[in-house]
Amino acid sequence: MTATKPRTDQAHREAPSWTSRTRDRVRRTVPEGQWLPDRQPVYVRSWIYVFGVATLAALLVVLATGFVLALEGSQWWHVSSLGHFVNSLHLWSVELFFACMVVHLWGKFFMAAWRGKRALTWITGVVCLLGSIGTAFTGYLSQSNFDSQWISGQAKDGLNAVGVGAFFNVLNPGQMLLWHVVLLPAVVGVLVVAHIVLVRRHGVVPPFDAVPPADATDPTTSGEATR
Amino acid sequence: MSTATRLRRPDDTPDSHLFPTRPYDLVKEFVVALAVITALTVVLAVAFGSPDRKAITLRDWADAAPADVVATATAELAGTSASAAYGGPYDNLSDGQKIGPLALEKWAGVHVPVDSALDLVIKPLVRGPADRALSAALATWHGAGATQRSKWAGAYGDALAAAPGNEPARVKGGTYGPVPVLATRFLALARSGGLESLLVGSDAFYSTDQTKPMLLLSDGAYLEDQARAEHLGGDQWGMMNESGNYPGQPWMWLYTFWYQVKPFSTSGNADALVWGLMMVLTLGLLLLPFIPGLRALPRHLGVHKLSWRDVRGAGTVTRQPAPPAVRRAR
Repeated sequence: MTATKPRTDQAHREAPSWTSRTRDRVRRTVPEGQWLPDRQPVYVRSWIYVFGVATLAALLVVLATGFVLALEGSQWWHVSSLGHFVNSLHLWSVELFFACMVVHLWGKFFMAAWRGKRALTWITGVVCLLGSIGTAFTGYLSQSNFDSQWISGQAKDGLNAVGVGAFFNVLNPGQMLLWHVVLLPAVVGVLVVAHIVLVRRHGVVPPFDAVPPADATDPTTSGEATR
Repeated sequence: MSTATRLRRPDDTPDSHLFPTRPYDLVKEFVVALAVITALTVVLAVAFGSPDRKAITLRDWADAAPADVVATATAELAGTSASAAYGGPYDNLSDGQKIGPLALEKWAGVHVPVDSALDLVIKPLVRGPADRALSAALATWHGAGATQRSKWAGAYGDALAAAPGNEPARVKGGTYGPVPVLATRFLALARSGGLESLLVGSDAFYSTDQTKPMLLLSDGAYLEDQARAEHLGGDQWGMMNESGNYPGQPWMWLYTFWYQVKPFSTSGNADALVWGLMMVLTLGLLLLPFIPGLRALPRHLGVHKLSWRDVRGAGTVTRQPAPPAVRRAR
């Protein structure tokens, strides 16, 4: 009997901790090597794939410019030329964000990118779009200018007509600003992370009717998780 | 195999990790994308800036369109303005809009209570500077019954509409009770610049809720006139635009589109119906992967060939099409 054997037996008897279970769960969700792969399937060779990453890049610019606006407060951009320029950066990064996201969405639609157990990836992407529309909308309501007045006056009737206005008052700029800078960005942020995790977990959807070579083995089960 | 069984056949799309790979630098792609998007953002911001048309104050409104302010105050007192008897979430004086039998507006209840005559006109007058004539007019108003009040205000509203230029000074004589005094003092209050704070409430030093000033402004014609001049009217694709030549919210095009076509453009329930339709369409987009027929559309449209032009040359094998009897929507 060796000196180490009792410790090994003891280790085997120990129940898995919450930490080890969490680690195993994370490892199973996206195996090591799939988080930041330096290789992609050979069929990934089109400009359409760039728009997902471009959407993410635009989101970062939106967040960065919004962060600067938030630092100085909601009235800053009305009274400062620098503030107005930052607001312009925020506006145009939002326009680019949506442009990239819509192209990305259409690209994934035409690929039927929900195939191969990717339905949840599609759903999180669509909810990201909806959350982003809500975030942009509350941004327009938080501008405290003529556009805010007109858009809120018009939007209240639609929201009230289906009962939403009882809880989401577009005529209350304080409530809309909090939705714009806290609640909706948090939701969109979580969904974006979930969407990216799902993309990395399942990989890029193969073309219609494409089959892998006959000698292919699944690297995630054979230990070669480099893709 | 029955047709039903064939339709339920599981998705046989192979695992993407089984395909041959090629080098792909994701981090480099992201950094380049970030640089390009940042540069484009700066160029667009420098070239076009952003719109910031000043908000209309109630003082601006009173200076630019005094007759409209008087007419709006009178309509609030008469209970004929858009916000009077609006329904949820402001009052329960009407059921509001419906989607068929679904009275969502009514069911949501009153969460932002507003009595348009009391909250938008009388309370600000009570809170504002008083004089003998105004105090007497308010006492007469408070002493009258609801029917008498609406009769006075309705008659004065009709007289204003008939007067040349809708000017209060050119209204013909009639039985209007205290309404002319209340309406003209309300105009004076708006001109003084203090009406916004009186509408929000004297106990609301930190209030950010502009519901009452916005309801009052929206009840008038001036705000809409200004918006229409900027091509922002409801029949001009409305709120997806913004003032000036800026793109606004083009991603809301489908929502605003429905307001331009029948039956929505002529329906009294247009808002509820458009929202109902958009909810159905959104649900359809969300659940597209599970809708037979629609989920197979991309395969038949063939646009995917632009993205996967050289699948065979790229080292993958293309499966031969299945016989028609076995092919089904995936």
